[in-house]
Amino acid sequence: MIAFVLRRVLFTFLLVAVTASAALLLARLAPGDATTELVGENVSAGARAAERARLGLDESPARAWARWAGRAARLDFGASWRYGRPVAPLVAERARNTLVLAGCALLLATMVGIPLGVASARENDRAFPALVRLGSTLALSTPSLVLALLLAWLAARTGWLPTGGMTSAGAAAAEGAGVLSRIADLARHLVVPVLALALPVAATLERAQSRAVARALEEPFVRNARARGIPEARLRWVHAARAGAGPVLALYGLLAGALLSGSFAVELVTAWPGLGRLMYEALLARDVPLVAGCAAAAALFAGLGTLLGDLLCAWADPRVRHA
Amino acid sequence: MRSGRALLLAVALAAAVSPWLAVHPPARQHRDALFAPPMRPHVIAAGGLHAPFVHPLRLVDPLARRYEADRARHVPLRFFSEGRLVTADGWFPLGTDALGRDVWSRLVTGARLSLGIALLACLGALAIGAVVGGVAGVAGGLVDGALMRLSEMVLVLPALYILLILRASLPLVLPDLTVFLFVAGALALVGWPSVARVVRAVVAREASLDYAAAAVAAGAGRGRLLFKHLLPAARPAIGTQALLLAPAFILAEATLSYVGLGFMPPAASWGTMLQEAASVRAIADYPWVLVPALAIAAVVFAVNLALGERGEAIGR
Repeated sequence: MIAFVLRRVLFTFLLVAVTASAALLLARLAPGDATTELVGENVSAGARAAERARLGLDESPARAWARWAGRAARLDFGASWRYGRPVAPLVAERARNTLVLAGCALLLATMVGIPLGVASARENDRAFPALVRLGSTLALSTPSLVLALLLAWLAARTGWLPTGGMTSAGAAAAEGAGVLSRIADLARHLVVPVLALALPVAATLERAQSRAVARALEEPFVRNARARGIPEARLRWVHAARAGAGPVLALYGLLAGALLSGSFAVELVTAWPGLGRLMYEALLARDVPLVAGCAAAAALFAGLGTLLGDLLCAWADPRVRHA
Repeated sequence: MRSGRALLLAVALAAAVSPWLAVHPPARQHRDALFAPPMRPHVIAAGGLHAPFVHPLRLVDPLARRYEADRARHVPLRFFSEGRLVTADGWFPLGTDALGRDVWSRLVTGARLSLGIALLACLGALAIGAVVGGVAGVAGGLVDGALMRLSEMVLVLPALYILLILRASLPLVLPDLTVFLFVAGALALVGWPSVARVVRAVVAREASLDYAAAAVAAGAGRGRLLFKHLLPAARPAIGTQALLLAPAFILAEATLSYVGLGFMPPAASWGTMLQEAASVRAIADYPWVLVPALAIAAVVFAVNLALGERGEAIGR
């Protein structure tokens, strides 16, 4: 088990290093550079050259990478050119917001998708499973970008919920408003983005769980249990649900990447100040250190998500550890 | 029970004949009808049946951009004229956008770019995945290990982030064809691992069967064994993978174009059309700018249906 964990940790580390390096090099290769925005267009060539030298844009990409990698190895990711702030805290703050979004969405998707999946497995003739299947096919067909736009329309039309941002404009000023009202404000802002992110994931989980339970219900051990007089409900909710957990847990590892991609679209539609938006702004501003930092954080997020999923699988099914 | 496939075919056909289905040229700006609402054709006038016609719009409040149908006037629909199925001056079946361009005409025209890019990306991902998975499955050992670790790494990568970085490494304004080929290529580069893993599993399994041994005994080389004997066995699995990848690719184009890193504005794709929906005000006041989002949902729905039917057909 320890060797397995070590191998996966090493893999995650490699993933982060490769992604961040590739991001750094590609962002440097991009035409146009940050000095256009930083010092303006109407400055002398000398001033621009000085700014380029200060940012290290006159170095060769290989040298710039070596310098960046040397510092990044000591967890110093440099300072953002656009914001003039160190990259690490900036990225950490935005990554936290994305984590809140993705965490809530995953929790909601699990709480909705898994029970529905168990309940809807292999009862083709009943109305409820058919309804669930239709619902999840519909939810699967509205990716987060589409769903976020539709929900934003609904929220704007009804005025029930805020359509963008993470806090109300007044809430930040009213520091004395108390923790509870601030949490309530955050929760109201969370509804649209979390729903947009969670529904397709819930449908994915529901389908997978349903298939897994359906398969498990046909296995001999369930038939034996049925012959021993175990009630049908217990067979489904305990025996088959547990046997079907493996394939669903394997899915969780892959969800991290899906959540990241989905949250990028959701963050842009609902103005959620997350990692995706930061990355997007950094790319447009050609802010090379910030792009690399965001890419590293995204890779870390995806890598750790996969790692957690793998660990869950290995814990549930010992055969995985030797794969 | 082939509704999914039928729906997909219908959409593909509509995209293919889009110049004929479009009511107006997709780029024409109707300056007097900015953000005009959708209009439905009428067939009943003065209590009797009438050839299909529309009531043209009249701007009643320029500030709020509120339109009213001019009940007194009838504009007849003209069928099979100007190389279009149906057209009428001042008729916008799904409304117009901020520049007064007809949403329906742009929707069917945009289907070409949005679906075409997904199709090309799918073909690319399938080709790369089939070759990598096939080679890994046949070769085994070190090659297999290395290729599978690589595919694992690409699979875990945050694909959309990689796509954004790749796209941003090129100039922002590019000809549509360049964007088309580049984005399709980039999508194929992040999409192949799932194909490769499935193909490898099938190929490795098939390689241990008697017919593979017979082929080798008859003198087939590794290349012939792979491409003539083993890969055909993976065809159903590859088809399923194509259906799994296509929605993700359509969505990736939409997301890229929506944030301004895909096709550039005069071009009509479902993503560039969604740029109109970038502000909540526009969404609330002119909800018909969300039509491309519904189109994406419809296509993904059709793919999911086809996937389900396929699953039943091949017993999974």
